[in-house]
Amino acid sequence: MIPKIPLADWVDTFVDFLTDKLEPFFDLISEGIGNFVDFLVFILTSIPPILLILIFAGIALWLTRWTNALFTGVGLWLIYNLDYWEATLDTLALVLTAVVISIIIGIPIGIWMSQSDRARNIILPVLDFMQTMPAFVYLIPAILFFGIGMVPGIIASVIFAMPPTIRLTNLGIRQVPEDLIEAANAFGSSTKQRLLKVQLPLATPTIMAGINQSVMLSLSMVVISSLVGAPGLGADVYRAVSQVKVGIGFEAGLAIVILAIVLDRLSQNIGKQKQN
Amino acid sequence: MSQAKIEVRNVTKVFGKSPQQGIKMLNEGLTKKQILEKSGMTVGVNKANFEIKAGEIFVIMGLSGSGKSTLVRMFNRLIDPTDGQVLIDGQDIVKMKPEQLREIRRTKLSMVFQRFALFPHRTVLSNTEYGLEIKGADKLERKQKAMEALELVGLKGYENSYPSELSGGMQQRVGLARALANNPDILLMDEAFSALDPLIRKDMQNELLELQEKMEKTIIFITHDLDEALRLGDRIALMKDGSIVQVGTPEEILTNPANDYVERFVEDVDLSKVLTASHVMKRPEKILLDRGPRVALQIMKDVGISSVYIVDKKQKLLGAVTAQDAADAVKNSKTLEEVMTHDVETIAPDTLIADMFERVANATLPLAVIDENHRLLGIIVRGAVLAALAGDEIQLNGNGVN
Ligand SMILES: Nc1ncnc2c1ncn2[C@@H]1O[C@H](COP(=O)(O)OP(=O)(O)OP(=O)(O)O)[C@@H](O)[C@H]1O
Ligand SMILES: [Mg+2]
Repeated sequence: MIPKIPLADWVDTFVDFLTDKLEPFFDLISEGIGNFVDFLVFILTSIPPILLILIFAGIALWLTRWTNALFTGVGLWLIYNLDYWEATLDTLALVLTAVVISIIIGIPIGIWMSQSDRARNIILPVLDFMQTMPAFVYLIPAILFFGIGMVPGIIASVIFAMPPTIRLTNLGIRQVPEDLIEAANAFGSSTKQRLLKVQLPLATPTIMAGINQSVMLSLSMVVISSLVGAPGLGADVYRAVSQVKVGIGFEAGLAIVILAIVLDRLSQNIGKQKQN
Repeated sequence: MSQAKIEVRNVTKVFGKSPQQGIKMLNEGLTKKQILEKSGMTVGVNKANFEIKAGEIFVIMGLSGSGKSTLVRMFNRLIDPTDGQVLIDGQDIVKMKPEQLREIRRTKLSMVFQRFALFPHRTVLSNTEYGLEIKGADKLERKQKAMEALELVGLKGYENSYPSELSGGMQQRVGLARALANNPDILLMDEAFSALDPLIRKDMQNELLELQEKMEKTIIFITHDLDEALRLGDRIALMKDGSIVQVGTPEEILTNPANDYVERFVEDVDLSKVLTASHVMKRPEKILLDRGPRVALQIMKDVGISSVYIVDKKQKLLGAVTAQDAADAVKNSKTLEEVMTHDVETIAPDTLIADMFERVANATLPLAVIDENHRLLGIIVRGAVLAALAGDEIQLNGNGVN
């Protein structure tokens, strides 16, 4: 019989090695992300809640229909009324940070994938792996590298939520009709000109759909993130579950759902505004 | 020295795993079909050799899959030839480095596409500006040249529309304007009018011919439609299975098909839309006005016809006289001038047969073919028209009356 392969030991060794050698690097990332989130939370909390609610409703009105604006206003007010306002802002900061990082890293990777079949063939299985691995598993190395709190929660969210942005950026660019690419080339466009003037503008709706999915996925990570100490609505849900408090669990869960719907409507319509 | 604008030398394209292998098989004399069966590779273009002169409309014609698009895409290297040379103004484009190639695409060659290929996120103006923008022209120059091009194709006033708001014909005008704004020497048009409905298509053909009179570009026009080829082409190249089968003027192709393939291609053509008055006209019997009715009568008797045309010393058409009127004049000692009819139906030599059927059928006298100076060139007799349409080559003139 073949003895059990010590896969777990290998992974442990590898992670130990990383923590050991790359500690300054992780510290730097941790600090950068931490500062960004703190800053975001600071801004959000320094705006009076009612004013912030009105701002959100106003954005919804500008981007979409008045029904969405109404829902945004009433929904956020309900959260405020139920006294989940600060937790919601923590969660919002977490989600926004995760999405911003997903965009900053994901779109360039998506572009790279779209330009090279080899890159695509390497990256696609990695994305599959990232999405099928249970999200819990990411928490372990996240704690090791980044400690406890908001930052490991964000890192785990990014890993889980970034793939759609990458995939749809690649897809959007590859879906640009062949004859438009031919036209761009026939007029002597360089690769960069073709990308900036033709491919990216035409891929924008698809890329926005990817970002929208990333938003929703990172929201779906908030409860899991609370396991590593990320504050916010997820922590409230987690506490309610562990203490079997049904009422509180429902309230916190409802706040997450409202936030999800608001963010979904907003992020769905950001790209479309221009065309009307 | 009249150097060719584009020289195509031995240009070959093989699609597939090992194109060089395909070249070898072609050299061994295998056909496109045999190569496909043996190796799974497709011969797109097989050793094309011809020259395109500056300022001509050169039509490439052939059935679907015969390699037209592949061939024309090798002129600007949207497709890289497997073998051979394409010389543009003496420079081999196949050997060019990417920057050189971009430069030549920006300055010398523009392309018009079958499905228009307009950028949907850009306005008509901004589509038209694309080539200039890529070249780095400044905003003012871009706008000015693009507006000129739009005006040329009759789209002034639409510059702020989006392509999706325009009809097919208008969209292709934008495609043409986009190509012209760059002021290239050479226009590549791949089935540029094939997606348009027949009436619009004919308008566009006429407009292209009019534009060409002003611009004198070198135009490579691809089509699978013989009528279109004959209307537009100064010369036509016929392709089959990737090979060039015949290159010649429309007339040469029609009257002297190189082989069965060309002949079959040409067979279906509606001759009435190709042949003109000058192809079917006969030598007119004519006399000078001062010769008198007796001479007129004599000529008619000699040749066995019932009317004769009257011209002045410069061959200008004055009218006609019938045998009956001439006899009348002799009896009553009148002059020709008194009995002739001035009202003779005339047509221009480049009138298509299709456009003169009705008049030929209704006219009492044969139609008189006259040039712009009103000089009598020939006459159209009903029988000759019918014979020509039936494909009787003996009835056809070269470029005028022999
Ligand atoms: N990228 C490609 N890969 C493989 N084979 C190709 C490719 N492009 C064209 N071919 C083949 O090359 C041959 C010539 O194609 P091409 O498109 O040049 O024909 P065409 O004369 O333009 O036809 P159509 O009138 O349908 O546009 C065809 O047999 C086609 O299947
Ligand atoms: Mg084609």
